[in-house]
Amino acid sequence: MAVGSASWSFTEEDFGAITRTLQKFLGETNARCALLVDRSGQLVATVGEPPNFDPTAFATLTAADFSANDQLAQLIGETDFNSLFHQGEKESMYLADIARRVILVALFDNRTTLGLVRLKIKDTVLELTKLFHEVFTRGKSATSQPGLLAGADDEIDQLFK
Amino acid sequence: MSMINYASREINCKIVYYGPGLGGKTTNLEHVYGKVKPDTRGKLISLATETERTLFFDFLPVDLGTIRGFKTRFHLYTVPGQVYYNASRKLILKGVDGIVFVADSQVERMEANLEAMQNLYDNMAEYGYDLTKMPFVIQYNKRDLPNAAPLEELQASMNPGWEVMEPERQKVIADQFRPGENVVEQNADGVWVERAHFFEAVAVTGDGVFDTLKAVSKLVLKTLA
Repeated sequence: MAVGSASWSFTEEDFGAITRTLQKFLGETNARCALLVDRSGQLVATVGEPPNFDPTAFATLTAADFSANDQLAQLIGETDFNSLFHQGEKESMYLADIARRVILVALFDNRTTLGLVRLKIKDTVLELTKLFHEVFTRGKSATSQPGLLAGADDEIDQLFK
Repeated sequence: MSMINYASREINCKIVYYGPGLGGKTTNLEHVYGKVKPDTRGKLISLATETERTLFFDFLPVDLGTIRGFKTRFHLYTVPGQVYYNASRKLILKGVDGIVFVADSQVERMEANLEAMQNLYDNMAEYGYDLTKMPFVIQYNKRDLPNAAPLEELQASMNPGWEVMEPERQKVIADQFRPGENVVEQNADGVWVERAHFFEAVAVTGDGVFDTLKAVSKLVLKTLA
């Protein structure tokens, strides 16, 4: 594995556990939708009302937003901001860090309150942190195993003909 | 940092176009956006100033096909080339799987090219990434301009190569993208040297744009094989 490409992967069971945790959070808060985005800007999961915007673009901008704010935090002497809140007239979003690798975004409107979202997201963050730690630890121990595309050289060549 | 999603059967990889200001990084992405089928690409996002200079990044997701039942999604990013924006430039490199360095072939931009290349090495090193061990290609852009430097000169200054230390790699390795040329070979002084893959391009007309993208994508997928 090349340096700088620390891959990670998650299984359908992981996905099920993540979805259940997020659904519980949405049920408790009445938030519209929850998205998980990894720090390099890739969308991991979406739960709740399907977003009516481009989720890939949203994920990229979320990661950039979080990274830029991390740098701002360091400039003022903090290590990071582990949560961010953006308030709109009708729609608002709350972003929280998970295990320094993933970002949880909760989208909500006036059917709920910031206080409730902030309160309930704490438990969700704890649960997801535990879950992702397991995913990442497993990823590390599996690096000696052949990759997903092992032996697929010919197929890769074919794709680029 | 490629991400494999077994639930949606997708492999997601991140490719960053790096290089000096006004070198053609955004133009590369715009050409790809204009040429690929709309159902295989997402929206082109540009965080630019009013004068169309990249402020933070441009972003374009493209699907390049399916391997072993997994959709290969490549997220293409550009960085702001202007020296002033280094803080934001560095952020974009986070989790990168492959790099395209877009060099400006014009003789008078040589210093800017070298400065950007040094900056790339420095920023990668700060993340602990080793550019010589990951998919990395150089694109010499603007080959159509009358003041473009000869390819040999560009190669000598931008891509002199790095010494190959591992004994098992000290052998002639052919360049899969340039028949008759090698990426690893022995210099006259006996030192084994590896160079980055390179392509000539005229991004405004699209020449070489897809050759570059295909090469870096292929190299990225091969790291998973």
